[in-house]
Amino acid sequence: MRYLPLTETDREDMLARIGVTDVDALFSDVPNGKLLKEPLDLPRAKGELEVERILGRMSAKNTAAGSVPFFVGAGAYKHHVPATVDHLIQRSEFLTSYTPYQPEIAQGTLQYLFEFQTQVAALTGMEVANASMYDGSTGTAEAVLMAHRVTKRRKAVLSGGLHPHYIQVVETLSEMANDEVVALKPDVRATEDILAAIDDSVSCVVVQSPDVFGNLRDLKPIAEKAHAHGALLIAVFTEVVSLGAVVPPGAQDADIVVGEGQSIGNALNFGGPYVGLFAAKSKYIRQMPGRLCGETVDADGRRGFVLTLSTREQHIRRDKATSNICTNSGLCVLAFTIHMTLLGQAGLTRLAEVNHANAVKLADALSGVKGAEVLNESFFNEFTVKLAKPAAEVAEALAAKGILAGVPVSRLLPGAGLDDLLVVANTEVNTDEDRAAFVAALAEVL
Amino acid sequence: MAETRYTKDHEYIRIEGDTGTVGITDYAQGQLGDVVFVELPTVGKALAKGGEAAVVESVKAASEVYAPVSGEVVAVNSELEAAPGTVNEDPAGKGWFVKIKLANTGELDGLLSEAEYQDYVKTL
Amino acid sequence: MLNRQGRPTQAGEGESQRHETFTGNKALQQIEPLIFEIGHHETTGVDIDKPAPFKSRLGKHARQGEIGLPGLSEPEAMRHYVRLSQKNYGIDTGLFPLGSCTMKHNARLNEKVARLPGFSDVHPLQPVSTVPGALDVMLELARYLMTLTGMPAVALSPKAGAHGEACGMMAIKAAIAAKGEGATRNVVLVPESAHGTNPATAALIGFSVKAVPARPDGTVAVEDVKALLGPDVAAIMLTNPNTCGIFEPQIVEIAAAMHEAGAYFYCDGANFNAIVGKARPGDLGVDAMHINLHKTFSTPHGGGGPGAGPVVLSERLAPYAPVPFIYVEGGKARLVEHKADAPEGNDPFGRMTAFHGQMGMYVRALAYMLSHGADGMKQASEDAVLNANYIRAGLADLMSLPFPDHPSMHEALFDDDWLKGTGVTTLDFAKAMIDEGYHPMTVYFPLVVHGAMLIEPTESESKASLDLFIATLRDLAIAAKGNDKSRFTAAPHHAPMRRLDETRAARQPVLKWEKPAPVKEAAE
Repeated sequence: MRYLPLTETDREDMLARIGVTDVDALFSDVPNGKLLKEPLDLPRAKGELEVERILGRMSAKNTAAGSVPFFVGAGAYKHHVPATVDHLIQRSEFLTSYTPYQPEIAQGTLQYLFEFQTQVAALTGMEVANASMYDGSTGTAEAVLMAHRVTKRRKAVLSGGLHPHYIQVVETLSEMANDEVVALKPDVRATEDILAAIDDSVSCVVVQSPDVFGNLRDLKPIAEKAHAHGALLIAVFTEVVSLGAVVPPGAQDADIVVGEGQSIGNALNFGGPYVGLFAAKSKYIRQMPGRLCGETVDADGRRGFVLTLSTREQHIRRDKATSNICTNSGLCVLAFTIHMTLLGQAGLTRLAEVNHANAVKLADALSGVKGAEVLNESFFNEFTVKLAKPAAEVAEALAAKGILAGVPVSRLLPGAGLDDLLVVANTEVNTDEDRAAFVAALAEVL
Repeated sequence: MAETRYTKDHEYIRIEGDTGTVGITDYAQGQLGDVVFVELPTVGKALAKGGEAAVVESVKAASEVYAPVSGEVVAVNSELEAAPGTVNEDPAGKGWFVKIKLANTGELDGLLSEAEYQDYVKTL
Repeated sequence: MLNRQGRPTQAGEGESQRHETFTGNKALQQIEPLIFEIGHHETTGVDIDKPAPFKSRLGKHARQGEIGLPGLSEPEAMRHYVRLSQKNYGIDTGLFPLGSCTMKHNARLNEKVARLPGFSDVHPLQPVSTVPGALDVMLELARYLMTLTGMPAVALSPKAGAHGEACGMMAIKAAIAAKGEGATRNVVLVPESAHGTNPATAALIGFSVKAVPARPDGTVAVEDVKALLGPDVAAIMLTNPNTCGIFEPQIVEIAAAMHEAGAYFYCDGANFNAIVGKARPGDLGVDAMHINLHKTFSTPHGGGGPGAGPVVLSERLAPYAPVPFIYVEGGKARLVEHKADAPEGNDPFGRMTAFHGQMGMYVRALAYMLSHGADGMKQASEDAVLNANYIRAGLADLMSLPFPDHPSMHEALFDDDWLKGTGVTTLDFAKAMIDEGYHPMTVYFPLVVHGAMLIEPTESESKASLDLFIATLRDLAIAAKGNDKSRFTAAPHHAPMRRLDETRAARQPVLKWEKPAPVKEAAE
C-alpha cells in the first residue's frame, strides 16, 4: 500500500518492543465480539491509475460549466481564477498545515488571515472581519445568533429577497434553539415593506443585496428603522464581486455583514467548499463567532500574528461559547486573499464593471425575445426573467441544447407560484457568442 | 473596621458597613495568568448568592466570578475595561470588580475567614 | 586554500555565531511585509479589458470612492505568498503529532481528481440531469461511510466536524420532538474530557449540559452515566476512542443504558481513524456520529479548513436527516432538496447549509477510500495504533502516563507529572520540539489531565521516523530533568519567530492593518 511506510518486519519489531505478539492485543478494550476479524465488504486497494480512471469516469458524466454557455448563479458564480491562485494554495506548507495554534511556525497562515481580515473589512466597509465561516448560509445563521446575544432578543426578520437556502438554514437553527423567525414571502421585485415588520421585539433584520432575484436594495432606511427600535441590520450578499461596483453595506450602517466569498479565488465545486465572509462593527467584537487573527510582537519585539480573543470560542468557553465552530475555511480563505491581492481595487473595479456590462447586454438581448421579460429595475450581474413557459422545463430544454441557462425559481421555491421565473447570471466568463447562443435557443424553446 | 471573607471559588468580599467589595484573590489571578478582559454587570443589578457577578478572561481561560452573597450592585470598577492587568497587579486593592449592597449579612457566616482560606489554598 | 576552480572548499574558519544581516532576512527566511505595505491602489495582477460604453443598471447603488485595497503584480504576488508559505510547518515538512487532529499524509492524487472539471467546475443548481456523476460520487461515498460504520444512513452535507455534531444533535432533537417529549428531554450528558465543541453544540441548539465525571483510569463508567439518567436526559455525547486515546470499554453498556432510558447516543467520531475496519460504531449502539473527512479520510487541513463532517445515523434517526439527500428508487437516484419532496416515512428536520455540502472534499475522501480499499483502511488503522503505542513504549520510562492501565489507540497521552520541579512546563517542552524540527503535539488537552501532551503520529510515519522522534523526545526529556532550562523556557530559538505576546494581542486587539498616521518629523 503506497501510503503506508511500515514493512511487515517493522510491524513485528515494533510489536515486540511494545511487548505484545499481535496488533489485536492493542484493541483489547474493544468489547467482546465487537472486534472485526474480516475486512469489510468493500473493494480492495487500488493503484493510482485505477482510482483516477474510476473518478475520471464519474467526472466525465457531468457537464462542466466551462464546456458550455453557462448562466447559472443564485448564490454560486463561475468566474475566472488566475492560475497563480491554484498553484499557491497547493504549496505543501499551506495545504498540509493545521490551525495556527503554534504561531512561531505558522506565521504564513496567520499573516494571510490578517491580510484577509483587512481585505474583507475594506470591501464591506466594516470595522472588523473574522477569519471566515464555512459559507455564506451558515455565516448568516451565526449572524442571527450573534444579534440575539447583542440585543438579548430572540426574533429575526428575514427579507423575502434572502436566498431561500439561507432562509432555511436560519430557520432550522432557530427552530432548534427555540428562537423566533419571521420570513417575509418571496419578494421578486424588491417591493416588500420590511420596515413594517420592525418593532421593539425584533433582534435583527436580515436583508440581501444584490438579492436572490438580482435586485439591488437600499439598506440605509432599514438600518435607520432597525436602530430606532434597538435592532441590528444584518446585510448579506452572495456575489462578492458586486462590492467592486455597488455601495458597500458598511456605508449603509449595517451592523453585521455576511457574504459568500466563493466568487473570488474558488471554484464552483458543486456547492462546496466555499468561504463565508463575516464582518461587524467593532463594538460587537466579543460577540463574534469564529477565529480572529491579531497583530502582536514576539520576544525580540518583531511584529507577528496570533489567533486572539479565543475566550469566545468553544475550546475555552465550551457551552458558553459564541459558536460551536472549530474550523474556518482556511484554504478557501487563502484562495480568496490571493485572488483579491492580484486584483487589487483596480482589478476588482474593472472585473465588476465587466460583469455588469455583460449582464446588461444579456438583459437587453433577452428582453427582445418574445415570451421573456426581465423584471429587475436594478441589478449587478444577475437578474430574473419571466418566461411564457415553466422555467424548469425551459432550463431542461436549453440544457438539452447544450446551454445552462440559469436557475428556475421553482428549484429554490417549489410551490410558491413562481414557476415561470428564471434567475440568470452573467459574469466575465461569458462571451458575445455565448449570449447569442442563449438568446437564439431561448427564442426557439419559448 | 473592614473584614474580608472568602469563597472556595477564590472570590473575596471586603465588608464595610452594609457594602461589600468583591474581587478575586491573589491565588486566583496567579492561576488565571495575564487578565485580558473583564466583563462587569450594570449598576443596579440584583445578584443572588452564587450567581454570576462578572467574567474574567485571560488569554486561554474564561472564568465566572460568582457573587459571594446576595445583594444589589452599587458600583463597578470600570477602570478594569481599559486596564484589565490591574487584576493581576493589585487584586485585593485597585483590581476589585463590584461593590454589592448586602441583602442579608447572615450569608457572610457561611464564607471562609482569611485563615481558613489560606489553609484551603494550601490543600490545592 | 583554493582549489583549482578558485573556489574555497572549506567551511569558514572559526566563528559559528550568527550575524545580524542588513535586511533582517536569514537566507531562506525572508521578512515579508503585509500586502498593504508593498502594494499600490493602481497595481493589478490581472488584465481585463475595459468594456465598451454601456448604460448602467446599478441605479443609485453605484459605489463612490476608493475601496482601499492595494494590488500586486503577478510576480510580486507569487513571491509574497511563497515567502509566507516558508514560515509554515506542514505534514509535508515533518512529523506532525497533533493529538486528536490526525495529521496524516495528504495524497496529491486526491487533489488532482478533485480538480477534474466534472467535479470542480459544476454548479450546485445546474439541472440535476447534467450532473449524474456528482450524484454517483455522493452515493459511493455514502456507501463507504455506511459500510465502514455499520450504520444505515448518512447525512453528507455538514461542512465540518462541529457542524456535523450540530446535525446529529438536531436529528436527536427532532426524534425526541416527534415522540412528544420535546418539552421535557432537554439535558445532554457530556464527559469532562470531551472536545469543547460537544458542550458548545449542545448549548447551541438549546440543550443544557451536565458533566459526566472522568474515572481515574481515563474512561467513562456506565454507573456514572446511569446515575445521571432520567426522563429529562436527551442524549450523551461521547467521543470514542475517547480524548485520552482510550477505547471506552463500557461503550456498549453505556449505549444500552441510554436507550433503556429513552435517550440517544451521539458519538464524536473525531478519533475514528483508530478503528476503521476494526470496529463499527453501528455494532456499539451509536445513534449518530460525525466523521471528519479531513482527519480520517485525509482531506487536507489547509491551515484550518475547509473540513467536512458527514453524519451517520441509526435507523431511529435516519428519517430526520436534513435535506438535501439522494434517494434511490427503482435503481434511479433522485436528489431531494426540499422537505416536501421527501419520500414517504421521512421527516427531514431542515437544512444545514446552502447547496449540497463539501463536494470537493467528498471526491478527495472517496479517492482515499478507493486507494486504500477495505484492506488498506484496516491496515492504516492498525498502523496508526501501532505507531502510537510504539512511541508510548519508547517514552514511558522518562515521561509519565496518566492512564497506564489501558493500551493507547491512535494517540498516546502523557501528563506533566514527570516535569514537576524542573521549572519546565508542557508549553516549554512543546516549544523546544519546534527547535528540533517537529511540530508539537497537542498540549493542555484533554483538560482532565494536568499539562496534557497528546501525541498522534498517524500511520503515515515510517519506523525510522518514529525512532528519530522518540530519540529526540528522550534527549529533550533528559535535558528537561537535567537542569538545561534555557533550552526550553526561551524556546523556540530557531523558528521564524520567537514566542509571541498573546496577552498584548488580546488586551489591545489589532485585527486589521491600518494606514500609519503621517509622521510629522523625520524619524530618529
